[in-house]
Amino acid sequence: MKFFTFGAAFLAAGLPALPALAHGFAGDRFFPATLLTDDPFVADEISLPTVVRNPTGSDGSQETDLGIDFAKRLTPDLGLTLSDQWKYIQPKGAPAAQGFDALTTGLQYQLFVNAPHETMALAGLEVTWGHSGRVQEAGAPDFTTLSPTFNFGKGFGDLPAALTWLRPLAVTGNLSLDFPTKTESAGTPNPNAFNYGFAIEYSLEYLQHHVRDIGLAAPFDRMIPLVEFALRTPLNRGQGGATTGTVQPGIIWAGQDYQIGAEAILPINNLSGHGIGGIVQVHFFLDDLFPHTLGRPLFGS
Amino acid sequence: MLPFIRRLAVAIALTAGVVSTSHAHAFLDHASPAVGSTLRAPPGVVTIWFTEAVEAAFSRITVTDPAGRRIDQGKAFIGKNPEELSVKLAATAPGTYRVHWQAVSVDTHRTEGNFTFTLAPD
Repeated sequence: MKFFTFGAAFLAAGLPALPALAHGFAGDRFFPATLLTDDPFVADEISLPTVVRNPTGSDGSQETDLGIDFAKRLTPDLGLTLSDQWKYIQPKGAPAAQGFDALTTGLQYQLFVNAPHETMALAGLEVTWGHSGRVQEAGAPDFTTLSPTFNFGKGFGDLPAALTWLRPLAVTGNLSLDFPTKTESAGTPNPNAFNYGFAIEYSLEYLQHHVRDIGLAAPFDRMIPLVEFALRTPLNRGQGGATTGTVQPGIIWAGQDYQIGAEAILPINNLSGHGIGGIVQVHFFLDDLFPHTLGRPLFGS
Repeated sequence: MLPFIRRLAVAIALTAGVVSTSHAHAFLDHASPAVGSTLRAPPGVVTIWFTEAVEAAFSRITVTDPAGRRIDQGKAFIGKNPEELSVKLAATAPGTYRVHWQAVSVDTHRTEGNFTFTLAPD
């Protein structure tokens, strides 16, 4: 124990004056890594795996995806992201196909974190790389797309105390624009597009530990029911206004080192698909697992 | 594809089992007075039970009255268990009190949080 005491003293003395926790905290608010929409914070995290059974496509195809997402802080406020997925596609009346989708990379900057008002925002640039996946077999793009992004999160713990049951609520959202570097591929137009999504979260963890102890025991005291929405509206090249997207109700359980989430996938219209799909994700917080190596920024405190 | 997913699931489960016992933050598990509770009698002491053992020397509990004045008395101290941190309070009048805690777990992770409790009039 004395060894630990000495270690704690040594390291606590050198603790930087930063927010207490890195991954997704703004004051008392913990924003989990959402499954569909992008997160409003830079982090050292990995989602492995993300398993998606998509709703039946508008063309009748069935698709299952296995994905991985990796996020790494270069500095406390600047981060990189990498993501890709392996796709198994069963077209209607045709042989199945499989292969990797395009690699997506991102550069993100944490604009601010406001602890008292549980607010944070992030700006970034994502690049989906052409020819980085199996174009013919898995439908990966043969063109690169640049996507400037803006992500935000807001917890409502700063509401008046009388609004007890609303204070565990939080909203995260993301806005982005797609700029393909080719206007068409094999005769099909590649329009610019507006992507917009948000998540409405009700944190039982926040309720139990920061607002009112209602006697929730494990595992319920770390659960966050949520509903996510993600939509995409093409803007030009003959496809303007054909919005597609999904609504995804589900739940996330967030532990200290990892979280597990599951959501149903509901298409918003026929163009987005038919029926119900599902997604399950296991997500690890590298800053907690490897705080002195892989889980810390490459540069800076 | 299915055998691959099955193997992957087993690997993830094993990994999760291993890492869940690795580095851990000390989060509030429960407290006395309870988070958001209303009391009829002054508490005299605030105790927080954390999810991990904490270092008293680097952990603290501050309690402020409705006017923002500190009413915690002396340093926070470890109770019967290393996960239990307490601080004594000065006399309290009816009103809502804010508890702010900072904890350093024995593996040096630092956490903090807030909650309130209310002392009702007689």
